[in-house]
Amino acid sequence: MNQLFDMPSYLEHSYLGLVGLHLREALLPVLAGLVVALPVAQLCVRFRWLYPPVLWVTTVLYAIPSLAFFVVLIDYTGLSELTVMIPLAVYSLVVLVPAIVDGVRSVPQETLAAATAMGFGPVRRYLQVQLPIAAPAILAGLRVAAVSSISLVSVGMLIGNAGALGNLLDSGLKYDQPRLVWLSVVGTAVLAIAVDALLIVLRVLLTPWMPRGTRRSTRTPLAKETAR
Amino acid sequence: MNILNFIDAFFSDSARWQGYDGIPARLGEHVQYTLTALGIAAAVGLPVGLLTGHTGRGGNALALIATSARALPSFGLMVLMFLLLGLGMAPVMIPLVVLAVPPILVTTNEAMRSVDPAPVDAARGMGMGEAQILFRVELPTALPLILSGLRSAAIQIVSTATIAAYVSFGGLGRYIVDGLYQRDYEKVVGGATLVAGLAVATLVLFWGAGRLSVSRGVRRDG
Repeated sequence: MNQLFDMPSYLEHSYLGLVGLHLREALLPVLAGLVVALPVAQLCVRFRWLYPPVLWVTTVLYAIPSLAFFVVLIDYTGLSELTVMIPLAVYSLVVLVPAIVDGVRSVPQETLAAATAMGFGPVRRYLQVQLPIAAPAILAGLRVAAVSSISLVSVGMLIGNAGALGNLLDSGLKYDQPRLVWLSVVGTAVLAIAVDALLIVLRVLLTPWMPRGTRRSTRTPLAKETAR
Repeated sequence: MNILNFIDAFFSDSARWQGYDGIPARLGEHVQYTLTALGIAAAVGLPVGLLTGHTGRGGNALALIATSARALPSFGLMVLMFLLLGLGMAPVMIPLVVLAVPPILVTTNEAMRSVDPAPVDAARGMGMGEAQILFRVELPTALPLILSGLRSAAIQIVSTATIAAYVSFGGLGRYIVDGLYQRDYEKVVGGATLVAGLAVATLVLFWGAGRLSVSRGVRRDG
């Protein structure tokens, strides 16, 4: 049983080590994307004219293939994890901005007026009214970003073996060991499903006022529905 | 400015424009992979999406399929298929189609279900048959969303077909993968530029197709 998870020594990681590396390489960019997306989205909500051009730029950025994005960065950041993480952060940003804008915009005008009437300033209104109501939409965006990020990290293997679980693909192919390839594919898929499930749980915890099972209201923007 | 110099050097080398490893040949291969995979995926996804959307059934099952397909790492799947099936068209086509079916399927289904029921009822009242309602009322109304599903599928295919070069296939990814092995950064950047250009061209193509085929009454941006 132990042999199933034995790793070639040159990978310098145990299987669990690779899993940890994979999670870090996939999720840190999503976090970075979220941190940047929140203010950008707020700007787009505040200044309506800004949104169409931002949407246009994000659509084009999202279309740039990951491998092309990686290799252009090599010149600046070398063959490193950072080269993989920067594009993933950009993809996350691009998925999250429309999700947050749609979420924040869906807050009814009456609710905002009520908050103002209760004496909420703009900051408090944003943090205590707009963000919680937009939470399902934001988390739906986070799910898409996280799952696609986990899948894309593997491509980093082509960039100086910076692909965490994806590095197993190379070893498996070179030394004709299907076991390693299976470990990589199944491991990545399980990670993606697990993180997806965790985010669903997080949404249920964050929005206790929503009836269970109202999946429909949390639909993601359709064009960004699936990962690359 | 470094990158721009590389790009310039890549494209101004006349040897790059001919032969089996020339830009036209590789671009042709890439487009061929993309069209084949998109064709198969559309042949599977469009009818199923249209029918389930028309009848309003099976939406949850479709969402489940889409979620699980999204979790599959396409790169890993490609390597796995290559290892299991050997060199051939199938190891590339299977992951590409698996990748492209869910967005087409789910978006088509959603598009059909989000059609305003009033015109559909009116059409039924006018005596249109189900097929007529589907093709003459629902399809034209749902077309913008359906096209956006096809568009994201196409872009994902263009992107993932690049990676096929790693398992010994042609296409524009060849430049990137070979360039990385040969430490020929000019080739790598040239390939990346071509792939990115193709992806943006796909966007523009679908935008144009939308302008041409979507009825003016349906078009949102006027």
